[in-house]
Amino acid sequence: MSLNTPDTQVCLWTLRHSEPASLATYTANGGYEALKKILAEKTPAEDIIAQVKTSALRGRGGAGFPTGLKWSFMPRNFPGDKYVVCNTDEGEPGTFKDRDILRFNPHQLIEGMVIAGYTLGAVAGYNYIHGEIFEQYQSWERALEEARAAGFLGKNILGSGWDFDLHAHHGYGAYVCGEETALLESIEGKKGQPRFKPPFPASYGLYGKPTTINNTETLASIPWILRHGGQAFLELGKPNNGGSKIFSISGHVNKPGNYEIPLGTPFADLLEMAGGVRAGHTLKAVIPGGSSAPVLPADVMMACTLDFDSISKAGSMLGSGAVIVMDDSVCMVKALQRLSYFYFEESCGQCTPCREGTGWLYRIVHRIEQGQGRPEDLDELLRIGKNIGGNTICALGEAAVGPVASFVKHFRKEFEYHIKHKKCLV
Amino acid sequence: MLSAESLAQIDKELAKYPPDQKQSAVMGALRIAQNEMGWLSRDSIEFVAHYLAMPAIAAYEVATFYNMYDLAPVGRNKVTLCTNLPCQLQGADKIAEHLQGRLGIGFGETTADGRYTLKEGECMGACGHGPLCLHNNHEMHDHLTPESVDKLLDEMK
Repeated sequence: MSLNTPDTQVCLWTLRHSEPASLATYTANGGYEALKKILAEKTPAEDIIAQVKTSALRGRGGAGFPTGLKWSFMPRNFPGDKYVVCNTDEGEPGTFKDRDILRFNPHQLIEGMVIAGYTLGAVAGYNYIHGEIFEQYQSWERALEEARAAGFLGKNILGSGWDFDLHAHHGYGAYVCGEETALLESIEGKKGQPRFKPPFPASYGLYGKPTTINNTETLASIPWILRHGGQAFLELGKPNNGGSKIFSISGHVNKPGNYEIPLGTPFADLLEMAGGVRAGHTLKAVIPGGSSAPVLPADVMMACTLDFDSISKAGSMLGSGAVIVMDDSVCMVKALQRLSYFYFEESCGQCTPCREGTGWLYRIVHRIEQGQGRPEDLDELLRIGKNIGGNTICALGEAAVGPVASFVKHFRKEFEYHIKHKKCLV
Repeated sequence: MLSAESLAQIDKELAKYPPDQKQSAVMGALRIAQNEMGWLSRDSIEFVAHYLAMPAIAAYEVATFYNMYDLAPVGRNKVTLCTNLPCQLQGADKIAEHLQGRLGIGFGETTADGRYTLKEGECMGACGHGPLCLHNNHEMHDHLTPESVDKLLDEMK
């Protein structure tokens, strides 16, 4: 299968058209057909979930949890309201794919969310949109209006007698709200501080009601899966890693951007599509799945294929598919310092190991970078990391440790050089 | 305290949520209030809380938690530059230097004439287009160069 051909694009195929985001473009190319069919045939929810399970669609927000399985956790016969929530709080450094779905294919996300609402028996859905992309928040709201006017949303959808509505909720600057329970708190109009789990959102979610939360790309993949069948989606990728996936590649490549390619594609192919590393430089390191994913040295990364299992075997994670490329000009101490500052800044402050620990990590990396590091600092960083991991309510603390532990593991010499010579090795 | 137009916008936010969940509209309402007033004073926050029938302290918690709310006056043009790793690799450090040099202020500061405030931001979710900045929270400018930054600053009145 050739790469990035129209056939393999699940979410960003509308870019081949002159008005990618328009309702007309979407409906002229099979858009909303899956929804129409489901409502006309009154397809049982189990059949839809079975297709999603067959597709081996795994959550595109970072955790890679099987979507069909997640959907099956929702109680069927709950007597009150249930909700569907879409997570477009895309703030993991390196990740910028969901913004492009809102920009270029808003209706496929709407159709995916309506189908999710039907399947899960929800009364309404909310799309939580990252604070910094106000323009996309506004444009998605306009797309909702179009869908409502066309009868795809609201009361008595397509004459089926079924009511379901969708709304956009705009964040205002808090990375932690990408964590699903912090996101729910935020929709409820509170500080975005993650909740203890269990109970999980499927039993106690938004307003205490059963709720399913999926990533934008995950929900936007649903109409494609139902139109073409779960098996066809699975075959786009590889076993246990169904489908194409959007990879956001940034950093030292000639053509940073989004590339929607089959899972299992060699990293070397993606690098080539992105124009390779800058002229006169060589590849040094890659963070393959957003800033929380452990960094991998060039040779390890060049041997990987881009799927959940391969990257995990190499010691990192596919995460959100955000590939940050660093060439030989990068000082790894300085790079880590910026990431550590981010987690320190974004810790919600609820759990002591994370609130204090992210500050300790940042201050130690900062002093190493400033030439004031001490020989014992590297072991100290790892020790602090161990005391954060597993001791907090959500994964933000561990996400702060991932970069620190991996940068020190793979590039220890650079850190030692910084401590000893008070300057960069590069 | 807020204009009829702002109140109508807040009512539109309220309509998105169940009638007994008015507090859900607080983030939108604070954004709308900040848009009109330029920043969020304690009075504005209390007004919003009252309008949504929620305790003022709960609205204050929200206003202090999310970093795009301004709890002190800012310049007419707030420029927030992302300096996170992907943007840094793509040249954000150079843009940061240029912005500070050209405006004669550091991050977190406002020019004496009240025209500009400069802020350092975290990931804006558009890394492939970096370096990036936000103008008054809502307008993103990407692929920044020293020249495009100069042009942008000139256009901000």
